[in-house]
Amino acid sequence: MIVALIFVLVAVGSVVFHLLSPWWWTPIASNWTYIDATITMTFWITGGVFVAVVLFLAYCVFRFRAVPGGRATYEPENKRLEVWLTVATALGVAAMLAPGLFVWSRYISVPAHATEIEVVGQQWRWSYRLPGPDGRLGAVETRLIGPDNPLGLVPGDAAGQDDIIIEAEDLHLPIGRPVKVLLRSIDVLHDFYVPEFRAKMDMVPGSVTYFWFTPTRTGTFDVLCAELCGSGHSMMRSRVMVQTAADYQAWLEGQRSFAQLANRK
Amino acid sequence: MSELAHGADGPIPAAEVPEMELPHPHGWWTTYVFSQDAKVIGIQYSLTALAIGMVALVLSWLMRLQLGFPGTFSFIDPQAYYQFITMHGMIMVVYLLTALFLGGFGNYLIPLMLGARDMVFPFVNMLSYWIYLLAVLVLVASFFVPGGPTGAGWTLYPPQAILTGTPGRDWGIVLMLVSLCLFIAGFTMGGLNYVVTVLQARTRGMTLMRMPLTIWGILTATVMALLAFPALFVGAVMLLLDRVLGTSFFMPTLVEMGQQLRYGGGSPILFQHLFWFFGHPEVYIVALPAFGIVSDLISTHARRNIFGYRMMVWAIVVIGALSFVVWAHHMYVSGMHPWFGFFFATTTLIIAIPTAIKVYNWLLTLWHGNIHLNVPMLFALGFIVTFVNGGLTGLFLGNVVVDVPLSDTMFVVAHFHMVMGVAPVMVIFGGMYHWYPKVTGRMLDSAMGKVHFWVTFLGAYAIFFPMHYLGLLGVPRRYYEIGETSFVPASAHDLNAFISVVALVVGAAQMLFLFNLIWSLWHGKDAGPNPWRATTLEWQTPETPPGHGNWGRELPVVYRWAYDYAVPGVEQDFVPQNQPLPPRAQVAKGDATP
Repeated sequence: MIVALIFVLVAVGSVVFHLLSPWWWTPIASNWTYIDATITMTFWITGGVFVAVVLFLAYCVFRFRAVPGGRATYEPENKRLEVWLTVATALGVAAMLAPGLFVWSRYISVPAHATEIEVVGQQWRWSYRLPGPDGRLGAVETRLIGPDNPLGLVPGDAAGQDDIIIEAEDLHLPIGRPVKVLLRSIDVLHDFYVPEFRAKMDMVPGSVTYFWFTPTRTGTFDVLCAELCGSGHSMMRSRVMVQTAADYQAWLEGQRSFAQLANRK
Repeated sequence: MSELAHGADGPIPAAEVPEMELPHPHGWWTTYVFSQDAKVIGIQYSLTALAIGMVALVLSWLMRLQLGFPGTFSFIDPQAYYQFITMHGMIMVVYLLTALFLGGFGNYLIPLMLGARDMVFPFVNMLSYWIYLLAVLVLVASFFVPGGPTGAGWTLYPPQAILTGTPGRDWGIVLMLVSLCLFIAGFTMGGLNYVVTVLQARTRGMTLMRMPLTIWGILTATVMALLAFPALFVGAVMLLLDRVLGTSFFMPTLVEMGQQLRYGGGSPILFQHLFWFFGHPEVYIVALPAFGIVSDLISTHARRNIFGYRMMVWAIVVIGALSFVVWAHHMYVSGMHPWFGFFFATTTLIIAIPTAIKVYNWLLTLWHGNIHLNVPMLFALGFIVTFVNGGLTGLFLGNVVVDVPLSDTMFVVAHFHMVMGVAPVMVIFGGMYHWYPKVTGRMLDSAMGKVHFWVTFLGAYAIFFPMHYLGLLGVPRRYYEIGETSFVPASAHDLNAFISVVALVVGAAQMLFLFNLIWSLWHGKDAGPNPWRATTLEWQTPETPPGHGNWGRELPVVYRWAYDYAVPGVEQDFVPQNQPLPPRAQVAKGDATP
């Protein structure tokens, strides 16, 4: 029966596509292998359910197709079957939810020793700020943003004087050190998105959001904006270079602090 | 089980339904244009929704041309692209799906399926359509104003929606917000009508637990819409004030292109909460009528009682209630407090349970059925496959931490198109093939219908199934072009081109459907009163198409539930709801068609 066969092909074809597809996630470069593992597990559970449902559908279409003199069975309810199916579904859902919530609790618990860095989004470019030798980021205020002070640092705040300002250049990070990424936007919503890090979060003007991760692989990674931010959305790009500690230090030497930039003027 | 309505004989002595006075039309204008007949209003809603849906279809073609063949079509610049996606999304979700299910199917079917003469407030019902039409016209007008329609994305997130970096900032966004407010006002008029009619105007014997699931779906969806749309309404009004009067409900201190603006102190996330408090129930406002209709299609064409009717009703009601406490799963990466993630992931995954029950019961209705693969049944089967596929990927996106890498990627686009685009549209088509004979007295051509189904179903699946993998790869949504990256291989561009070609074909297949709708008006096979041999009341009207007032002199009396197919001991394989006793006496004759 051709209709049943097509449904079988849809189920089988989907599985074959999944297994043979060259389009899969890009190799991870952060500590969030847990997230990948949860996705993989969710694929197995949902994939199994999908195939089972479609094959059962195809079986019914084939086995119970209308034939001359055929007649359906009258069976309004079957409590045992309904309860059994409900319980099985609840278990399957719990099997996905429990690890999901466990990993989420990791995701939102930032290690105490994580380095704070700041990413600032605006239409349509990225800027970065790293804490100087004092290890602290200085206070900022959107009202202070101007040509001389593009990120709006409070000039009187001592903690901000040594902050490293990176405009229109790549962000560099040392490998293996957890970072808490503080996210700030000065105009509209943006989203700091590096596919290899898996983690992401919107940047909301008026507040500071964050996520954390540990870079685990050196290399250069694309930064994209993942929250629609106007007509330049897809062109809002930057890069992150994850480096060994030595290379990172060498790069850091060449960067300028807020105070140095202010004096130059 | 004994208290259940199926198999019960004799009408329940419900309150006498008073005869209602109908505003009878005088002449052509009041019969066909300013009609107060819910059936005419339903057809007006459906045709208007289909017309604006054609606009959305063409927009989807244009955006697929850009995604599949970036740079080839010089008239599609980023501004135009973002305008296309925005208008496509808003039209499909609000002006097509919501309007067609509730305004179209709701108006046509509620009085007929419940044995009522009409909606209880016919004048308000008429007004509801004309305000809807005005909302559509205002929306369309935004294509012709300076700067064009808004390109803020259908979610209209501020601050971006009302700043100059977004196309359509001058006029488009204003018209969009005004149009939404009009739509909501018009919908509220219709919605109150649907609810009051279902609760007050059912004929004798039509208890709530004897109502067809179509009505349960539409009723629950309408109640939800009445509770959810006000959130969008206030959000739209506040955003309009921010845009026009310079208030700062959603606008914090910000610097736009180096200029300090005069906004300050507002909260962009507040808008997102208002939007999604509407937006998530909206998914089910579209899905629940589809659930209801597809249940009736499956039962009728499989000639079998719907399996687990009471579970189905409770699942609809529970899904409706739960859908009000899951909205922030659209906001896992919005920057809201991370602890909300635990709550909303839990509620979201719980909603999978009643939804799964519905799927099981559809399958178990097919099981041991007597399946006629008529065109409506094909669409119902297509619905099950696409809905299950899209529902399961919802378990990825609902599970907060899994959502983090996938949010704002093409995975999301693929998911919601499968679950609330393709699946409900399958039901709309199935429903149209199913009820067209009642509306017009003629059958839609089934050969054309089958071509329409296979191209649409297989094509839509071929568009959206592979699209998930672009999202896994990391391709973000709402990208004019992906451009140069280190992680998107060249083969992904080939996949995009493939998807675009299939989208063009699937779009073209809809022209066949439109042709069929018109062609069959004159050339379709004569349908007779009950071509599918269905049990529900709309097939038992004295005239086809039903006249104004639906029932001639006497209202029907209901004796049984809507799913008495293949009742043991009755030779005919269906017993209409208004038939008092199984026609044992007529068994010998074999043919008991009224």
